[in-house]
Amino acid sequence: MANNNEVSKGMGIKTRRIIAYVVLCIITFFCLFWFYVLFINATRSNGELQAGFTLLPSSNLMTNWTNLYKGTLPILNGLFNSFVISALSAVLCVYFSTMTAYAIHAYDFRLKKFIYPFILMIMMIPTQVTALGFVRLVSNMKLEDSFIPLIVPSIAAPVTFFYMKQYMESSLPLSLIEAARIDGSGEFHTFNMIVLPLMRPAIAVQAIFTFVSSWNNYFTPALILHDDKKKTLPILIAQLRSADWLKFDMGQVYVMIAFSIFPVILVYLILSKHIVQGVALGSVKG
Amino acid sequence: MKKSKAVRYNKWGYIFLLPFIIVYVVFQFIPMVTTIYNSFYENYMSGLTQIGPNFVGLENYQKLFTGGDIWVYAKNTMVLWIMCFIPQIFLSLLLGAWFSDTRLKLKGQRFFKTVIYMPNLIMASAFSMLFFTLFSDGGPINSLLMQIGFISEPYKFLSNTGSARGLIAFMNCLMWFGNTTILLMAGMMGIDTSLFEAAEVDGATSTQVFFKITLPLLRPILVYVMITSLIGGLQLFDVPQILTNGTGDPMRSTMTLIMFLNKHLFSKNYGMAGAVSVLLFIITAILSLIVFKVTGNDKRKG
Repeated sequence: MANNNEVSKGMGIKTRRIIAYVVLCIITFFCLFWFYVLFINATRSNGELQAGFTLLPSSNLMTNWTNLYKGTLPILNGLFNSFVISALSAVLCVYFSTMTAYAIHAYDFRLKKFIYPFILMIMMIPTQVTALGFVRLVSNMKLEDSFIPLIVPSIAAPVTFFYMKQYMESSLPLSLIEAARIDGSGEFHTFNMIVLPLMRPAIAVQAIFTFVSSWNNYFTPALILHDDKKKTLPILIAQLRSADWLKFDMGQVYVMIAFSIFPVILVYLILSKHIVQGVALGSVKG
Repeated sequence: MKKSKAVRYNKWGYIFLLPFIIVYVVFQFIPMVTTIYNSFYENYMSGLTQIGPNFVGLENYQKLFTGGDIWVYAKNTMVLWIMCFIPQIFLSLLLGAWFSDTRLKLKGQRFFKTVIYMPNLIMASAFSMLFFTLFSDGGPINSLLMQIGFISEPYKFLSNTGSARGLIAFMNCLMWFGNTTILLMAGMMGIDTSLFEAAEVDGATSTQVFFKITLPLLRPILVYVMITSLIGGLQLFDVPQILTNGTGDPMRSTMTLIMFLNKHLFSKNYGMAGAVSVLLFIITAILSLIVFKVTGNDKRKG
């Protein structure tokens, strides 16, 4: 046993390092391959796509795009709708989640002992299980085909709240708020002018997460939006899927998928450092 | 004097909480009550005739459990989750151990972390559409496999239970293993390094260190990851819905619980949709309570 240990320790590090790199390269391949194929296929015409698979891009990206947005799917509307809903959700979500976290962090009130565990408890409840009531509520309020039921609920986002609360504990000293009070700053003014700027790194990370999850959301918008002009990208993609897709120009299909995926990837690559750190920060240990 | 001042400030706690509470009550609490309420009523369209709403007590639940479909879909959901979770946790533990191993000193960690997390941000419906086109009978994967002579005729990935489920599990695994890796790594980084140093002095191998030190100390985070993944697994919807166009083909083997719920919501069978929702709610509530118990103390400490 001791001998065995020495052997595996002796050759260990180097061999293990090589194994690790090989495995990581394979994983990297599996993570990136699909997006590479997507990019290549988005640049090829339908005829070229039928002819088989290649690894080199062609020159039909713009043609495919022009065909797509001149076609029957309201793709530009979809892009615009997705963007508006996601951007507004992100803004409302981070602003009000920070506010909620601040209420719990900076003040002592009687119901705090009850509200804080309550928010943590509802954090895990998925939106799907209340979807039925939500759809009925939206139709009673005559808000079908409106963006309001897709934007406003993001004000109550327990996960973002929890992240903000964690961040405040590490980087928002209460003495600072005291100092602002002594200087005569009102509570609301303190929140907007002192707390929000200090929370900027956390706000940036959460704004991205909220934007992306709203951009990608398919379940809820599909239940609320019925008018073609109001639909978001995921719904249009689902429509593309349910259409008799063999009749489709496959070049257009790939361009459409690419337009739903690549903007997010681009933003992610620019901000990846903060995002990856942010994921770890929001975990159990905080 | 001081006390009254504190009290005057503390009312702002309520004011700042107000938006959250109002929105929560309107868009989540009331819908939850309506969902539960609806589950006790018969309310659907039979052809063009509206049936109900009539109070039927627990009849919807009875129908749900004796109908048999729910068991098939619950089994599908669990099978898909297990197929996705086992490779995912294995990969994540391995990568997490490698990334956090100070002796191994892997280079390019930032690059690899960026790459493995990327699929998590991809629109699941677009990703499924992509896989649908890539793995279709005449799609690029089949033509690639035929070009290299691996197969002689197209393999029907989406018509075989194994490969259809495999694809769904693979996509979900790809989308979530990066996230799990980062969570587990954060946990591994939190382990007191003197433990590793002591083990090294004692001549422990990396394998021994992993199984005797890392894994036992990681148990709370592993439980957290597993239960949250299970909650996520119960919500599995986008990928199978788009991949199979909502049919759950072949032979309903990829139909999940949320797809079943979605079907009832679209056909406006509110009674049954309510019963399915309440069932899912109870299961997630129990699972959440476990998470809360496991990590609750940590969280309050922050």
